[in-house]
Amino acid sequence: MSRVHVPMRQLLTLCALFGVSASIWAAGADIGQAEKQPTNWVAIGMFAVFVLFTFGVTKWAAAKTKSAADFYTGGGGITGFQNGLAIAGDYMSAASFLGISAAVMFGGFDGLIFSIGFLVGWPVVTFLLAERLRNLGKFTFADVVSFRFAQTPVRIFAASGTLVVVAFYLIAQMVGAGQLIKLLFGLDYWIAVVLVGSLMMVYVLFGGMTATTWVQIIKAVLLLGGASFMAFMVLASFGFSPEAMFAKAVEVKTGIAAAAGKPPAEAAAQGFSIMGPGGFIKDPISAISFGMALMFGTAGLPHILMRFFTVPNAKEARKSVLWATTWIGYFYLLTFIIGFGAISFVLTNPQFLDAKGGLLGGGNMAAIHLANAVGGNVFLGFISAVAFATILAVVAGLTLAGAAAVSHDIYGVVIKGGKADSAAELKVSRVTTIVLGVIAVLLGIAFEKQNIAFMVSLAFAIAASANFPVLLMSVLWKDCTTRGAVVGGFLGLVSSVALTVVSPSVWEVTLGNPQGSALFPYQSPALFSMTLAFVGIWLFSILDKSPRAAQDRAGFLAQQVRSETGIGASGASGH
Amino acid sequence: METDLTTRIANHPSYQALKAKRTRFGLWLTLAMMVVYYGFILLVAFNKPFLATRLGEGVTTYAIPIGFGVIIFTVVITAIYVRRANREYDDLAEQVSKAVLK
Repeated sequence: MSRVHVPMRQLLTLCALFGVSASIWAAGADIGQAEKQPTNWVAIGMFAVFVLFTFGVTKWAAAKTKSAADFYTGGGGITGFQNGLAIAGDYMSAASFLGISAAVMFGGFDGLIFSIGFLVGWPVVTFLLAERLRNLGKFTFADVVSFRFAQTPVRIFAASGTLVVVAFYLIAQMVGAGQLIKLLFGLDYWIAVVLVGSLMMVYVLFGGMTATTWVQIIKAVLLLGGASFMAFMVLASFGFSPEAMFAKAVEVKTGIAAAAGKPPAEAAAQGFSIMGPGGFIKDPISAISFGMALMFGTAGLPHILMRFFTVPNAKEARKSVLWATTWIGYFYLLTFIIGFGAISFVLTNPQFLDAKGGLLGGGNMAAIHLANAVGGNVFLGFISAVAFATILAVVAGLTLAGAAAVSHDIYGVVIKGGKADSAAELKVSRVTTIVLGVIAVLLGIAFEKQNIAFMVSLAFAIAASANFPVLLMSVLWKDCTTRGAVVGGFLGLVSSVALTVVSPSVWEVTLGNPQGSALFPYQSPALFSMTLAFVGIWLFSILDKSPRAAQDRAGFLAQQVRSETGIGASGASGH
Repeated sequence: METDLTTRIANHPSYQALKAKRTRFGLWLTLAMMVVYYGFILLVAFNKPFLATRLGEGVTTYAIPIGFGVIIFTVVITAIYVRRANREYDDLAEQVSKAVLK
């Protein structure tokens, strides 16, 4: 076998990115810093084909986007299967493709622990929320939360929760996009960010939810297809024996450790360590807290919740989550195989390594180099283009959710008292889309050199601590009141952000304070901020003796009847 | 929705059955998912050597089938809910709406 020398500095860079220890908690699966690569014309050509095709889709979608309802829900006629693919396309980011496969290449089983966290929220969405969301809501999750409550305060809370989550998620995606495109296409960072921002605005502005949905579906199919091919080629080269694949990976890792000067016994132990958990989970409190952020954050992401209003009824809503869960679970199995494939085919091939023995272009290139190894230059171009398309699909979904919160919740309900006409609301959505797009590009450029690794996990923690508790309690708990929901929700929102700021990953890593000075020792705030939100909702609801509270409680029966049966639910989302 | 219709639906036996069954089943399955996931996380936190134990002669460890098992469990438990909901809950909801919306 070929011995590959990976110098310590390179290993440390990888550690920093994918966290042998604590840093992975905060890492989300981010892209990290990247080195600029030579311009890749095959990849650019493939991507140009994708862009032209999606422009065609957008043109078709634009003709169908006439009202605010079309803009928010694509007319509500999307099937469960299509929506399941679109949800998967919305959820599987480029970071999870490149980041998780790289984490597996580096740490083996630890990468799988990470991806499992991103999957386990889906059953919870199915069992508790999907059907009820569809039966109660129309365009945004605020419709559901405010069903029986005073509109203005609840909408303001829900729009805040949406915009904060969208902002952090969007910055992470934009910075990731800039790094990734610099890496894959050899374009300058700022050009990449402007390109992503502009294309995303075209999709959302003209094609609304219809174009966004189809961009997500196309991207999901391409990503699943490309990843399946890679996993197939890897398994085929080992005669479809996972044991042979693992054995080769352990051998390669042992060789790397031996080449770094480890005595044979220690090198063998280090090589074998990829087959079990390593330093991913340090203290159980961080582990549980982070798990809660991922599990319940999924059930509170506004751009995901919004997708349930694009299907005609509760049956299609639940079918969509089953399809989404299936595709996302399958995808994580593929990334695991891809990561192990990268150990055998990338770490052993000098073509993919720099002079010092590290991966060309940085740790995140594992899947990209593997694409080259199993499918040649054309397939490499294809996978690069798919990774770019992936970012576009995710940012389009996020921007649409942000625009809907501003135009439907704030403008339509809070400012116009629910009497805004569709044309005016549509106009506000489009202006908001442009504003959000410009802000996203500017922030993307501003954060280029920042360590933004914490942002994706922060977005999940906020979604779990603010949006999810309010949504769950308003739907299931009779005695929940406007005051309880708003106070508890804001407690969750503020505490999750505040605890993240004073946690090691932001206080020490990003803000540069001395090690050990962070006030909050754990890697994720969710365990504490979620508890605070639930206790806040409960306490301020039971103490609430106002006339509004009586009205809120009296409205529960009608809400429950509709959430269970769908009778009276907005049909195909307002034609 | 007018109060009269709400009361009629709320008092319908099929509605009562639907509400009780779906809520209970949903909560039990949520609990099952949480037990499996947090059980897995705690196993990783407290018993790393067990997960790193070899299954047989080769290098494959208990960690691999257990990790893949959690992923498959997640998909299967979702499928179980959706199957039951498609067969049972939609019928019950249909009965209710037929009975009250004549």
